[in-house]
Order: sequence, then structure tokens, then C-alpha cells
Amino acid sequence: MVKDFLKDLDKAFENKIRLGIMSALMVNDQLDFNTLKDLLGVTDGNLASHLKSLEKSEYVSFSKSFLVRKPNTTYAATAKGKMAFRKHIGAIEKLLQ
Amino acid sequence: MEKEKYIIDLDEIRKMMSRSSRFISLSGLSGVSTGFIALAGALLARQLVFRHHDYLVYEAVPIDADNLSNLLLVALGTLLLSVFSALWFTGRKSRKENRCAWDNQAKRLLTNLLIPLLAGGILCLILLLRGYVGFLPGLTLIFYGLALLNGSHFTLSHIRLLGIADIVLGLFAFLFIEQSLFLWMLGFGVLQSIYGLLIQWK
Repeated sequence: MVKDFLKDLDKAFENKIRLGIMSALMVNDQLDFNTLKDLLGVTDGNLASHLKSLEKSEYVSFSKSFLVRKPNTTYAATAKGKMAFRKHIGAIEKLLQ
Repeated sequence: MEKEKYIIDLDEIRKMMSRSSRFISLSGLSGVSTGFIALAGALLARQLVFRHHDYLVYEAVPIDADNLSNLLLVALGTLLLSVFSALWFTGRKSRKENRCAWDNQAKRLLTNLLIPLLAGGILCLILLLRGYVGFLPGLTLIFYGLALLNGSHFTLSHIRLLGIADIVLGLFAFLFIEQSLFLWMLGFGVLQSIYGLLIQWK
């Protein structure tokens, strides 16, 4: 029997790093690349590729700015991303009941 | 087996949410520098005022205009120097880590520190103008400790311990009011510097 809520489990969040990125972006309006890197303890390339994949699913948006003449990219969770994340957590909680 | 993976996931989510919403660029050197500034300020206040007068008592004392302005000037100078050095060292650390110092975490931390600090500061100013000088070392310690305790939810959580230590010292400063300036130096000077060194080395 396939349980209904299992469809809410999101493949995008099966990966630890993407899960970490989304968790951090759920409680922060926006975070820059380096902060995310420090929080997750991953390499630039690794983080960039996971951010790319979250951007592709339209779960994360980014904006570029300049901070003391250095380019600075900040990331934020989109409404769609937040919704998917909540559903994912809801499904996990039901699964664990 | 599937379940275990999701239990770990939920745990990771919780940890990440807590860690990412705290201000982590707090500089240890700002603790050390403010500690030394506090010691210098307290020694100056002792030389200028407290050495010549028994102000540290359980009642209002008649404080003349000279001593009052000396105390206010030393307090204001110590406060401004501490704030500037704390901001400077923390800003420097954020720049080194290529992080924006003035982010949401910083704002949250600052608001939560400032509310108890402002309340305490205004209360102390009222008491000082009414001559209750002896209550000031204890009260400043207690309110600063409460501010740290309040702020500890938004930055390195172990500043909680420094907050509790300052509150205890503040209560002792009321119990042994003649020694309250010494206890103030112990809290704002010595403990603050030691704590700064500890987070700097971590």
C-alpha cells in the first residue's frame, strides 16, 4: 500500500547538503555564499552545484551585489521552495509516527 | 532503516536552523579590549572619586558637581571606547571572513542586548543623579549579565555563562557594597578579558 503522504517527500531534499541549505534559508531571509559554505563545511564547487540544482527546481533564488568592492551573492528560499520544504518535513513526521 | 535516516535528517535540520540564525562573527579580541578598557575606567574612577569619598554605601550620598561630572565623564568615556573597540574588532573579523557584519543575525543580537542594557543604563543614571552611587556597580553588573543571557540565544551560546557570572558578581556587589568597585572590575575587566581570550583561541 502506497501511503498518500509519501509523494510529499521531495527528491531535492534527499541530499544532506541541499537539506542543510534549505534549513538555513528557512530561518534566514537571505544568506551569502560564504556564510552557507561555513555553515555546511563544504567546498565552493560542491556548494555551487547544489545551489544550482535548487535554483533549477525554483526552490532558491539569488541576487548579486557588491560588498566592499567584492562581488557578493546572496541566496534566499522562494515561496515554492518553502512550501516544498514544509511538505517534506510534514511527510517525514507522518512517516515517523 | 528508512526511519533512522529521516530521524537523522530532522536532527540536522534543527541543528542547521539554530546555527544559522546566530551571529557567529563575535570577536574574542573585542572581549579582551573591552575588558582592559573597563579596568582602566574603573581605576580612573577610583583615583578621581572613590579614593577620597565613602560613596559605596547603602544610602544616597551628597555628591558634589565636580565628582558627579568626573564620574559621568569616566563612565561615558569607558562606554564609548568599549563600544567602538567591540564594533571595530567584530567588523574586522567579519571582513576577514568576507561576511556582512550588519546582517539579520547581528541586528537580532544587538536588539536583544540593547533592551536590557538601555533599561539598566537609564535606571543607573536616575540613581546616580539621586546620589545612590553605591548601587551602581551591582546594578550595572546585573543588567549587563541579563543582557548577555538574553543575547546568548542569538550568538555563541556560551556567553550565557559570562552573563550568569556577572549576575552573581552583581548580587555580591550588593552584599559587600564597600567592595563593589573591586567586584565590578572582576566582572567587567577580568572575566570579560578571560572570556574573550577563550573564544579567540577556540
